[in-house]
Amino acid sequence: MTEQEWHAALAQRHGRALQERFAAASVAVCGLGGLGSHVAIALARAGVGTLHLIDFDRVELSNLHRQQYGISQLGMYKTEAMQQTLAEIAPYCNLIMHRVRLTEGNLHLIAGCGIVCECFDDAECKAMLVNGAAEHYPEMYIIAASGMSGLYTGNTITARKLGKRLYLCGDGTSDIKDSGTLFAPRVMLCAAHQANTALRIIAGKLEV
Amino acid sequence: MIKINGESIPDAEKKTVMQYLTDTGYDPKRVAVEMNGDILPKSQYESTALQDGDSIEIVSFVGGG
Repeated sequence: MTEQEWHAALAQRHGRALQERFAAASVAVCGLGGLGSHVAIALARAGVGTLHLIDFDRVELSNLHRQQYGISQLGMYKTEAMQQTLAEIAPYCNLIMHRVRLTEGNLHLIAGCGIVCECFDDAECKAMLVNGAAEHYPEMYIIAASGMSGLYTGNTITARKLGKRLYLCGDGTSDIKDSGTLFAPRVMLCAAHQANTALRIIAGKLEV
Repeated sequence: MIKINGESIPDAEKKTVMQYLTDTGYDPKRVAVEMNGDILPKSQYESTALQDGDSIEIVSFVGGG
């Protein structure tokens, strides 16, 4: 399959004008765990042109209950495993991998991305990224996630817009420290809201 | 009147954002504060006093992802 054929198949599905917008977009996915692995795959499937994928961790057995990795990828860095997975799904997506822990000190890695998806699991890391991105990159759209743990109804997981450039997905309250664990479906619902919001922003639909 | 997370909070006036956060039990390390449409930089929490007409949303992040 050539790159031209791949683009043509996407344009046939999405319409040429929209597909050109997707292809020109650059999105950072920060964290490739339960949220980020699903977000990255959804955006790559849609034909988003450039994905910056950031994670420092390796795939562990305890990840497989909710993250998009397989047995053969155990022990691999998530950046490498996701690169392998995306090569099967969207071989011409431009992937820029950063195998680092994202901190205030290296936030420049996401500079130039029009959209950043906050897909971390730690609450302080989430706040660090949202505040850091807003402060240093005021033109960037930020799609954050908070509250998707536990086996509660999926209907509380929503996307909402706060101010001009921040979108918040999740139920806002279900903390992993209270609910104990995460289940794939609610994590996927939250990740789907994040990916959907990213595609809508690229399409120029800024309201949720 | 000052609106915080959609509710009118009359006694928040003149408090700084940092004072309001700590008085109401928020952990400043886990929050993002949207004020009048923009995310308020953390470095301005101490110096920003809440004033009549302000509308803010405080996002307190919870773990899991």
